[in-house]
Amino acid sequence: MNGNYELVIKPRSGWQPIEWREAVLHRELLGFLIWRDIKIRYRQTFLGGLWAVLQPLIAMTIFTLVFNRLAGVKSDGPPYPLFAFAGLAPWTFFSNGISMSSSSLIANQQLVSKIYFPRIFIPIGAVAALLVDLSFSLGLLFCMMIKYHWHLTYQALLLPIFILAAFLSATGTGLALSALNVSFRDVKYAVPFLIQMGIFVTPVIYPVRYVPARFQLLLGLNPMTGVVLGFRSALLGSAADWHLIGFSLAMSVLLFIFGLFIFGRMERRFADII
Amino acid sequence: MEPILEFRDVSKEYVLGGAVRRRDNLREILVRSLKAPVRSISRKQQEVIREERFWALRDVSFDVNRGEVIGIIGRNGAGKSTLLKIVSRITDPTEGHIKIRGRLASLLEVGTGFHPELTGRENIFLNGAILGMRKAEIVAKFDEIVAFSEIERFLDTPVKRYSSGMYIRLAFAVAAHLNPEILVVDEVLAVGDMAFQKKCLGKMNEVSKGGRTILFVSHNMAAVQNLCQRGIVLSQGRLIFHGTAKEAIDFYLHSVSGKGSHGHVIDLANARRANLRRPRLLERMEFYTDGNAPMKGHLPMGAPLKVRIHFPLSKPADNFEVGIGFDNMFGQRVFTAHSCFEPDRSHGQRVGPQVFVCNIPSLTLVPGEYTLRVWMDIGVDEVDLVDDAARIQVIESDYYGTGRVPWNGTFVLKHHWYLEQSNGAGPPAV
Repeated sequence: MNGNYELVIKPRSGWQPIEWREAVLHRELLGFLIWRDIKIRYRQTFLGGLWAVLQPLIAMTIFTLVFNRLAGVKSDGPPYPLFAFAGLAPWTFFSNGISMSSSSLIANQQLVSKIYFPRIFIPIGAVAALLVDLSFSLGLLFCMMIKYHWHLTYQALLLPIFILAAFLSATGTGLALSALNVSFRDVKYAVPFLIQMGIFVTPVIYPVRYVPARFQLLLGLNPMTGVVLGFRSALLGSAADWHLIGFSLAMSVLLFIFGLFIFGRMERRFADII
Repeated sequence: MEPILEFRDVSKEYVLGGAVRRRDNLREILVRSLKAPVRSISRKQQEVIREERFWALRDVSFDVNRGEVIGIIGRNGAGKSTLLKIVSRITDPTEGHIKIRGRLASLLEVGTGFHPELTGRENIFLNGAILGMRKAEIVAKFDEIVAFSEIERFLDTPVKRYSSGMYIRLAFAVAAHLNPEILVVDEVLAVGDMAFQKKCLGKMNEVSKGGRTILFVSHNMAAVQNLCQRGIVLSQGRLIFHGTAKEAIDFYLHSVSGKGSHGHVIDLANARRANLRRPRLLERMEFYTDGNAPMKGHLPMGAPLKVRIHFPLSKPADNFEVGIGFDNMFGQRVFTAHSCFEPDRSHGQRVGPQVFVCNIPSLTLVPGEYTLRVWMDIGVDEVDLVDDAARIQVIESDYYGTGRVPWNGTFVLKHHWYLEQSNGAGPPAV
């Protein structure tokens, strides 16, 4: 027993990635944290889990009335409500994901300053817990598809890839923002603004063809572009620009890695400054 | 055999003060970096920056052998908690290193990660996982944990509906069933009612007899002496003594009571107050014990305490009152001494500097640290209040003259036991 487990605690410096070995060792805790977040989210609310679907549903109704009926924005094939909802489902997941995860470390201050475990679990768990909400809104989307007589295609098998990309984008952003939030409470004010702007630079309300071709690459820098387009092509069978999607998905992976590094760099000081 | 824990020149530097920490927003950083070029020219400015930092721990080195129970003692701010935080991996050392050869679990606070909305049952699992237990381990020990906590009936009630006692019992029950090779404990026994504390100490004792290595921080010297074989004393971040637990306690008590010739005089004029708008009337307080000897922070249980409080009266008054509240480590008021309880107040109208003396013939609070709050009233108005005016350590003494130290309750009282003559006459008339 002696000697087969030795740990050296010493100052760390510079850019170091997350300690994966530790994360794997404590993996059960991640499960517990996700479970906790799911359990407490809608405690003592009247509508409970309904909130998960109400949010995109109301947004869809408003967008359909304002952008489709009033402003004359057309979808790229399917009925506009379906078009909007297929984009809003992952977008809601993303925006809730970054707002939950960016405040997660602050909300769990006590944990951060009183006990050791891989800190990365906190923002990741906050996003992962929202996958439940996403599955509710996907369920609602299927109901709407039945109502509109819109059929699923084999492309639906690609959906997990896009869910993963949405998860990576939200987690990458959430990791970076939550770490920054520990030192700079400015993040709290920046996030709602970021989300409001985000929906306009992501093709949630409008189809990509509304954007001039020369700006489409710029659109691809936004990792959520690929996710939204991917959701639409997987669920509604919309024609898709796979180059744009592929480029954008690569951005979501990069964003995730970026988030990990920022987090890994700032993590060491969390307990001292939170 | 190799030591299970090796501390080598462990140091931790903090950037001082809420000022830097709290105002750490982007604007400040931007302003600071804009000013930086100017700052680097001026040497004096740089010295200011250096002063904002301090070493919470400096070059602490010691070894802990397998199965040893070691007590860490020192005043508040001596670096005890920082040391525990580093060994628990909550924060990194600035310099030096620690080698750990075994599974370590730390308990810096009871109930870390408890969620008020979750039920007792759910929190057992969550808290267990946070403390580092595997799910299978928690399942296996679940019944034991519940039995220890004595809250069976409320297992499915959200913990926000628990009394604080139940909450703590449940939290400690989970923690007590951790099974690491090295256990790091910070003052967690300083919570809960005394009966439960005793149960916890018993459990700790049992754990330590089981060959576990324990690092134990406490202000409760009796607990340190009972549990620990060895002790280290920290002072201002440095390790100043290393020896047996008994020696360490003696060294600590001696060093604290000998510290500073004016330790018995507390400056209240410059003390922190919550209300900044009121004039600072309370100027100074002084402590004395047996035979008017100055009392420098340590008072044996049952010893006399005399407090002299200095304040001026700007207008002639006879309706001024002074109160002293004694709060224990749980923030609980255990005793209030107030001049309005004094039947003989024949001093009449007074003006100018005053010294009000409070004489307590025997302070019978149990050993521990007490925070004193001092306030002054004129008529029905509170005119000054110092929340954290002074701290007193009540230390163990042979109060009952039996060599037995009382272990339970909040205070001691003289009392007597005797057996009645068994003549079958029934209870005598009182």
